[in-house]
Amino acid sequence: MIRVALIGLGKMGLSHQAIINSHPDVKLVAICDTSSYVLDILNKYVGIKCYTDYKKMLREEKPDAVFIATPSRYHGEMVKAALDMAIHVFCEKPFCLDLDEGQRLVELAESKNLVNQVGYHYRFVEAFQEMKRLVDAKVIGQIHHVRAEAYGPVVLKPKGSTWRTSKNEGGGCLYDYACHGIDLVNYIIGRPDAVGGSALNKIFSRDVEDEVYATFFYADGKTGQIAANWSDESLRKMSTNITIWGTNGKISADRQEVRIFLRDGPNVALNLNKGWNTRYTTELTQNVWYYLRGEEYSEQINHFIQSIKVGRTDTRSTFRSAWDADLVAAMIIKDSESSHVNANSLTNQKATSTEKNGVLASIKSLLS
Amino acid sequence: MERILFGDNQFFGVNHMSEEKARSQALKFQDINAVINVLDDAYDEGIKVFMCTTHERIAEVCDHIRANPERYHDYQFYPCMPYAHKYANAVTEVGILDALRSFLPEEGALNAMLKGGMSLAKKDVEGIGQLLIDAEMKMFQNLQTPVIFLQNVVTDLLLGLGFKEAFRIFADHVKNKYNAEPGFITMNMPKLLDVLDELKIENPIICSNINKIGFRMCGGIDAYENAIATRKFRPIAMSVFASGAISPQQALEYVCQQENIESIVFGASSRANIRQTKQLIDQLSVK
Repeated sequence: MIRVALIGLGKMGLSHQAIINSHPDVKLVAICDTSSYVLDILNKYVGIKCYTDYKKMLREEKPDAVFIATPSRYHGEMVKAALDMAIHVFCEKPFCLDLDEGQRLVELAESKNLVNQVGYHYRFVEAFQEMKRLVDAKVIGQIHHVRAEAYGPVVLKPKGSTWRTSKNEGGGCLYDYACHGIDLVNYIIGRPDAVGGSALNKIFSRDVEDEVYATFFYADGKTGQIAANWSDESLRKMSTNITIWGTNGKISADRQEVRIFLRDGPNVALNLNKGWNTRYTTELTQNVWYYLRGEEYSEQINHFIQSIKVGRTDTRSTFRSAWDADLVAAMIIKDSESSHVNANSLTNQKATSTEKNGVLASIKSLLS
Repeated sequence: MERILFGDNQFFGVNHMSEEKARSQALKFQDINAVINVLDDAYDEGIKVFMCTTHERIAEVCDHIRANPERYHDYQFYPCMPYAHKYANAVTEVGILDALRSFLPEEGALNAMLKGGMSLAKKDVEGIGQLLIDAEMKMFQNLQTPVIFLQNVVTDLLLGLGFKEAFRIFADHVKNKYNAEPGFITMNMPKLLDVLDELKIENPIICSNINKIGFRMCGGIDAYENAIATRKFRPIAMSVFASGAISPQQALEYVCQQENIESIVFGASSRANIRQTKQLIDQLSVK
């Protein structure tokens, strides 16, 4: 049995707790949160041991592994404390808001040979797995463009005051929504080398962005774009879509299905026709031992637990790959603060010359 | 329970296979009259139960049924609560406690409010649970609701946490206050059945995916078939077509040949589809 502890009992934490608690190879030994209300209820009705001090919990319980599902700004110190005690770590996304600190944690986990994983659960959605398999098999030829989109209804009016809407705690659409798209792009076609044209706009929030747009550039000439908006009420829940264009067609995937268009075909080995092909989640998805909100949430936890059992440190979503997502997010922030090409910078000169020299001079210069 | 129950996923943009299909359905049914027309079609084909989430738009359907008692004299709702995205989005926006507060009843009885406040302070889960159930049931006032379900996200969260007492609280309140039978929707049927047995909730109504390809039947299709064949409970089959992955004939043959399955819930958007599915079920159910 792998002995596991959990820190943070928000939405993700509770969901993790239910899944961890059902896992046949895991013993959940204790949970920790700062809200004594939630803890008291769980202690009373579920009978789990509860702490409000995570360091004390780690010291006393000595778990094999810890799940960290606290607001993002606490990730760094908690991950460090766990790694220092040689505890395997599953950390929620985004990994670490401070890039230097994140880098040190990546190196620490790797040097100590500890299993490390970040909760980018879309990597465990079968449709995106299938997309990666097809891209790796080069069915659409040379990739030249990718588009990542994430829309959903989180902030729909000007109020709300949780850490998700607080800038210094890692809130905002960039870290909550766009990071999933960034991570999928990194996973499927690689991390972009540069970012441009970034916009972080507020719609309803006071402190954080509600929408994110940016362009990705790759050294080999590929480009990409990301669009994320968590104030889109037309969707029932978060919807993430990746589309990739290549010299031989395109692939588009969301949680439910993968659509493949091949210019040249058929591809007999991969059972693909020329033109459109669709693969649905109903045929791609395997049953998990316990289902809560989607197979991927169970799959990622099982992957982490099995990795501990077999001593596999290169998990499907390592600290290192999550740090890459943090890096791209940081590039987007920095780029969004840089200046844009202004319409006046291209038109001013003509306007000025017209004013200075008069209409007649302009006409003369045109005729000359 | 009725043999055939009419579901509501198609009305709210839920499709487990295609987001595009879900969107086009959401578009089609954004006018509540379009929903009511389909419900009328189902009713006129002899399907008298609407198994629906407590989505705010269902309140408009409830108003319509209440306003026409003669037309719908034997119409029944099987409410499924809560509409979980409402809670999930609120928790993301304002946190767990404030989300809870925002869903506790605000009108009608000041003492309900006070009781709510007290409950929160005393961590009286039973009291809070009852208030939340009452809040969800408000739209069904004076309508027939002989079976009331706990939605799968909540059922399965509680199941995973091992929060067994909540199932008893739900079952008791639904029986005592609404004179209804408690039902449980789950993606983990064999596991839930064990817990309900342990709680001595006898012969429970459990609605779960039951389909030929084993889609979202956690614990495996064999465990499901075995439980249905050998254990004492009242199974309702949902997702029998696995969102269209199985042909209607094959899908319904698979379900109907398991004699212990009491009811089948399905959703459809056209009268022709409703009629065809009902006829198939009727035909395959003759023993």
